[in-house]
Amino acid sequence: MPEPVVVLIEDEPQIRRFLRATLTGQGYKLFEATTGADGVVEVGSRQPDVVIVDLGLPDMDGLEVIRRVREWTDVPVIVLSARGQERDKVTALDAGADDYVSKPFGASELLARIRVALRHTAGASHEADEAAFKVGELRVDLLRRQVLVDDKEVHLTPIEYKLLTTLVRHAGKVVTHQQLLREVWGPSHTEQAHYARVYMAHLRHKLEAEPARPRYLLTEPGVGYRLAAE
Amino acid sequence: MSTDRPDPEALLARVKEEEARRRKGKLKVFFGAAAGVGKTYAMLEAAREQRADGIDVLIGVVETHGRTETDALLEGLERLPLWGVEYRGTTLQEFDLDGALGRHPALILVDELAHTNAPGSRHAKRWQDVLELLDTGIDVYTTVNVQHVESLNDVVAKITGVVVRETVPDSVLEQADEVELIDLPPDDLLERFKDGKVYMPDQAQEAVRNFFRKGNLIALRELALRRTAERVDAQMRVYMHEHAIGKAWPTAERLLVCISPGPESARLVRAAKRMADRLGAPWVAAYVETPAQLRLPAEVRDRVTQTLRLAEQLGAETYMLPGPKMSEAILAFAHDRNVTKIVVGKPRRRLWTRILIGSIVDAIVQGSGDIDIYVISAEREQGVSPVLVRRRAIPPEWAPYVWALTVVALSSGIAWLTLPFFELANLVMVYLLGIVVVATRYGRGPSLVASVLSVAALDFLFVPPVFTFAVSDVRYLFTFAVMLLVGLVTSSLAARIRMQAVAARQREERTAALYAMSRELASTRGVDQLLTIAVRHISEVFRSQVVVLLPGAGGLVPSGGGQLALDSNELGVAKWVHEHHQPAGLGTATLPGAVALYLPLQAPRGPVGVLGVRPADRHALDAPDQLHQLETFANQTALAIERAQLADEAQQAQVRIETERLRNSLLSSVSHDLRTPLATITGAASTILESGSRLDAQTRQELLESVREEADRLNRLVQNLLEMTRLESGALQLRREWHPLEEVIGAALSRLGKELADRRVDTRVPPDLPLVPIDDVLVEQVLVNLLDNAVKYTPRESPIRIIATATDRAVTVEVADHGPGLPRGEEDRVFEKFHRGAEGGRGVGLGLAIAQGIVKAHGGRIWAQNLPEGGVAFLFTLPLAGTPPAAVPADA
Repeated sequence: MPEPVVVLIEDEPQIRRFLRATLTGQGYKLFEATTGADGVVEVGSRQPDVVIVDLGLPDMDGLEVIRRVREWTDVPVIVLSARGQERDKVTALDAGADDYVSKPFGASELLARIRVALRHTAGASHEADEAAFKVGELRVDLLRRQVLVDDKEVHLTPIEYKLLTTLVRHAGKVVTHQQLLREVWGPSHTEQAHYARVYMAHLRHKLEAEPARPRYLLTEPGVGYRLAAE
Repeated sequence: MSTDRPDPEALLARVKEEEARRRKGKLKVFFGAAAGVGKTYAMLEAAREQRADGIDVLIGVVETHGRTETDALLEGLERLPLWGVEYRGTTLQEFDLDGALGRHPALILVDELAHTNAPGSRHAKRWQDVLELLDTGIDVYTTVNVQHVESLNDVVAKITGVVVRETVPDSVLEQADEVELIDLPPDDLLERFKDGKVYMPDQAQEAVRNFFRKGNLIALRELALRRTAERVDAQMRVYMHEHAIGKAWPTAERLLVCISPGPESARLVRAAKRMADRLGAPWVAAYVETPAQLRLPAEVRDRVTQTLRLAEQLGAETYMLPGPKMSEAILAFAHDRNVTKIVVGKPRRRLWTRILIGSIVDAIVQGSGDIDIYVISAEREQGVSPVLVRRRAIPPEWAPYVWALTVVALSSGIAWLTLPFFELANLVMVYLLGIVVVATRYGRGPSLVASVLSVAALDFLFVPPVFTFAVSDVRYLFTFAVMLLVGLVTSSLAARIRMQAVAARQREERTAALYAMSRELASTRGVDQLLTIAVRHISEVFRSQVVVLLPGAGGLVPSGGGQLALDSNELGVAKWVHEHHQPAGLGTATLPGAVALYLPLQAPRGPVGVLGVRPADRHALDAPDQLHQLETFANQTALAIERAQLADEAQQAQVRIETERLRNSLLSSVSHDLRTPLATITGAASTILESGSRLDAQTRQELLESVREEADRLNRLVQNLLEMTRLESGALQLRREWHPLEEVIGAALSRLGKELADRRVDTRVPPDLPLVPIDDVLVEQVLVNLLDNAVKYTPRESPIRIIATATDRAVTVEVADHGPGLPRGEEDRVFEKFHRGAEGGRGVGLGLAIAQGIVKAHGGRIWAQNLPEGGVAFLFTLPLAGTPPAAVPADA
C-alpha cells in the first residue's frame, strides 16, 4: 500500500512543524499550504487521501476552502478549530467537512481521526467488510440485523436500529444532529433535534453499562454524536 | 493612527480664542444732553481712529438719519446687515445680535442704547443685546441721551413735559468703562435744530418744538454735565479708596426706601436712587405686605411688583416684609440692617384720618431713634404709570350678605322670645353677638351691614313706639350710637384677625409645599426619580406644565418625564438660560415671547440644568412672591439634582476602585498561574533539548508528560478566562434546546475522563426526568467546572456523586464529594471571582464564578452546602421554562 497523502492547510508555522513531525513520522506523505488559495490548488494537484484545514486562515475562511474542495472531490476533510466555536464546527460539518479536532489537541487524537477517515474511504470500496461492526463488547451484524452486547442479543425498535446503523456507517466520525435527523427520520424532520436526543438516550439505556458515562455512544456537546470506533 | 495629533498652531489659536471669550468686553458710552448734539458722529470718529489702529471694527447698527457728514464717516467701515423681524405684516429692521456674536469683531458700534427691540427679538431692550456682546468679550461703543437714564427719567419728564418710555438702567451705565460727554451749547443746538439737522423719531412736531426750547436744553445740559461729574467724582473716590488716599471716610450710610402700593412709589424709588448715588451708599427698597394689602386689587399688587423690579434695576436690594403694621415692620427691618436713612412718601391720608389714626410717617418718625427720615413729596407721576393695567372681573359675592341678613333676623327672633324675661338693654347683647359671628365668618362688609341692620331692627321691633323707626326716648339714641360703634369696632377687629389668618395660612401653605417637596426629594435616589418628583410638586403648587432640562448629548435634553413639550424656539430660550445663568422667557425682559418661563437650576458647583414652567394663567407668575417661591423650588431641585449627581459620581468612583482592585488581583493571579505551567514547560523542554541523549528513557518520559499536563492546565486556564470575559461582557448568547440531562452529564464525564479515571462517579438520573431547556455546551461547562473543583479539592480515589431531581418547575442537579468540605462562611464566597480554596489552589479561582454566571443566565440558582456526612455538595437548578417540544412519536 502506497503511503497515504495528506494536504495540510494551516498558517501557523509552529503547528505545521509539529504536524510535519507527527505525520511524516507515522508514514504519511505531507504537503503543506499556508493560505486557503494555495491549499485549494494543492488539493487539486496532489490527489490527497485526507485534507486537514484550519478554520482561521489569513486569506479566506476555512469554510470557503471546504466548499471549493467539495465542488470536485469527496476526499475526507478534517477541520482544526478552537473549543467554544461549536457553531463554526457544525457549519463546517454541514458544508461537507467529515470531522473536526479542537485545538489544542494531542497527536494521538488527530491520528485517530485520520485513521477513521482513511478507513471510511477504503470501506466505501469494500462494502462487504462492513457487514459487521464491532467495538468493545458491542457487535452489530448488519446482514442479520442483530445487535449484541456481551454476546447477548439486544432487541431494538426499528428507529433505534436505524439510528444505530447510521452511526455505524459513520463510526468514529462525528455526526451532526441535522445529519442524523435527515438520515433516520427524513428531510422533513430536521427541526426536531430532540427526537435524536431522546432516541439516543433509549439506545444508551439498552447498550451501555452506565448510560450516564457512555463508552460507545458519545456526545459532542453543541455538535452531535460519535460512535466510538476503537 | 497617530495622524490626529492636534496641530500646535490650531491649538494656540484655540487657546487665544478661549482667552478672548473669557475676557469681558469694554463698554464706552457717548453721552449727550439731547438728540442732535453729535453723539453718533463722535462715536463714528472714534471708531475710525480705532480702525486706523488696526482694530477689527464692525458697525452693528448706526442711525445717521440721512445726515451727509455722518454718512461720510461710514465709508470704509464694515457694516453688519440688519435683521428683518416680521411684525404685524411689516418688516422691522433690527440689530442682528446673533450675526454680531457669530462675526465676533473686536469692537462693535451699537447706536441708541435705549432702543426697544421689535417683538420677536431675543431681548426686549437693546441694552440687553449690548450686555450679551460684552459677555462674549466684544468691546462696544454706544450712545445714550440723558433723558433715557432710568433714575433721571422723572426729572426729565418734569423739566420737558415729555415722558420718555425707553430707558436704560443706571447699572448699565455704571458698568461702562468709559463715558464720554458730547457737549454742545444750547444755542448751537437750537441753530442745528432750526436747520433741520436734528432728528427726533416718533414725536409729534408740536412736542418736538416744545422740547427744543432753550430752557429745556439748558436744564438737560446741566443734568448731563452733573451726571457725568458725579461719575467722575465716584471714580475719584474709588481711586482714593484703592490707593488709601485721605483719612476720614464718612461712616457707612445705608438707605431704605419704603414702597407703598400707590402710583407715586416709582418716583420715590428714583429719588432714593439719586440720593444713594450722591451718598455713595448702598440702598434697599422694601415693601411691607400687611394683611390688609392682601386684598388689594390685582392691578395694584402688579404695580408693587413693577416698582420693586424698577428698584432692582436701579441697583437696590429689594425685600417684601410680612407684618401686621407697616411702620413697625419698616423700623424693625431698618434696625436689623443698620439703615441710616429712611425715605418715605408724603402721607396721602386726609387730615382728619391722620389726627384720628395717625400716619405711617408719624409712626416711623416716632420710632426712628437715630435714623434720619426723608419725606419726599408724593405727587403722582405724569403720564401713564408704568404699571401693566389688567382688570380681572371679580364677581360680587352675595352669599355673605344674605347670611348677615339671616343672622340679624335670627338675633331678632331670639330677642323676641326672650323679651318677656329681659330688659331692653340686654337685647342689645344678643345683636352684638350676631355681629361678632358675622364679622369672624364673613369679614368686614357683611359685618358692617349686620351692625346697621341690627340697630335698625332693635329700633323697629323693640324700642317704643314699637314697629316704627320713631324713638320716644332720646336716651335710646345714645344706646344706638354705642351699639353701632361697638359693632363697627368689633367687625373691624374681627376682619383683621381673619385676614391675618388668611395671610398666615397662605405662607404656611407655601412653606408646607416646599417642605413636602424637600422631604420627598431627600428620600429619593437617582436623578430621574428626583426630577419626576420635582416636576409633580412644582406643577401642582404653581398650576403649571413643568419640564426640567438637563445637559446631555447634543445640548439640553428634557428629562424625568416633564409635561411640557418644547419646540426648537423654546429649546433655544432654555439654552440661553443655561448659558447665561439668568431667567428668561414668559414674564421676563429676555425673550418674553416664549410660552414658558425658564429658570436656571443653580447648584453650588454650578448650573445643573434649566427649569421650564408654563402656568395655566399666563400672569400667574408675575407676582414677586410667586416668582420668589418658584425660585426657591428651583433651588431645592437644583440642590437635589446635584446631590444625586454627586452620589452617582461617588458610586462610579467606587466602581472604578473596585474594578481596579479586581484587575490587580486578576493580573497577579493570572500572571502567577500562567507563569507556573510555562516555567515547567520551558524547563522540561530545555532539559530534553540540551541533554536529551544523556537522559534515560523514563526520565524523558516523565519530563514530556509534565509538559503535556502543564499545557493542559494552561489551556484550561485560558479557557476559563475567555469564558469569564464572555460572560461579563454580556456577549454570551444562550442557544437553548430541549436536552436530556443525562446526555449532558455524560459529555462532561467523558471530557474529564483522564482526571476521573481513578474515581468512582455515582450518577443518579431518574429515567423519567423531563427534557430541560438549556444550552448544552454551557451546562456541560458548569458540570465540568464543578467536577473539576471536586477533583482538585478532594483526596484521590474519593468518590463523587451526581444526582438529578425534578419538580414541576425546575430540575436540580447536585454534585457532591467526600472531601474536607468548605470552611464555615465560605459557602457564598466560593462563587466570587478569583476566590481560591486554602489548599490545592491550582487554578485562578474562576471555575465556580463561571458556573454561577452560566446558571444565572439560565435563570437558575447555584449554591454550596456542607454535608453532614462530610464533603460538600454544589447544587444548581435549571428552570423548566417554556413549552416542552411535542412528544416523540413512539415506534413499535
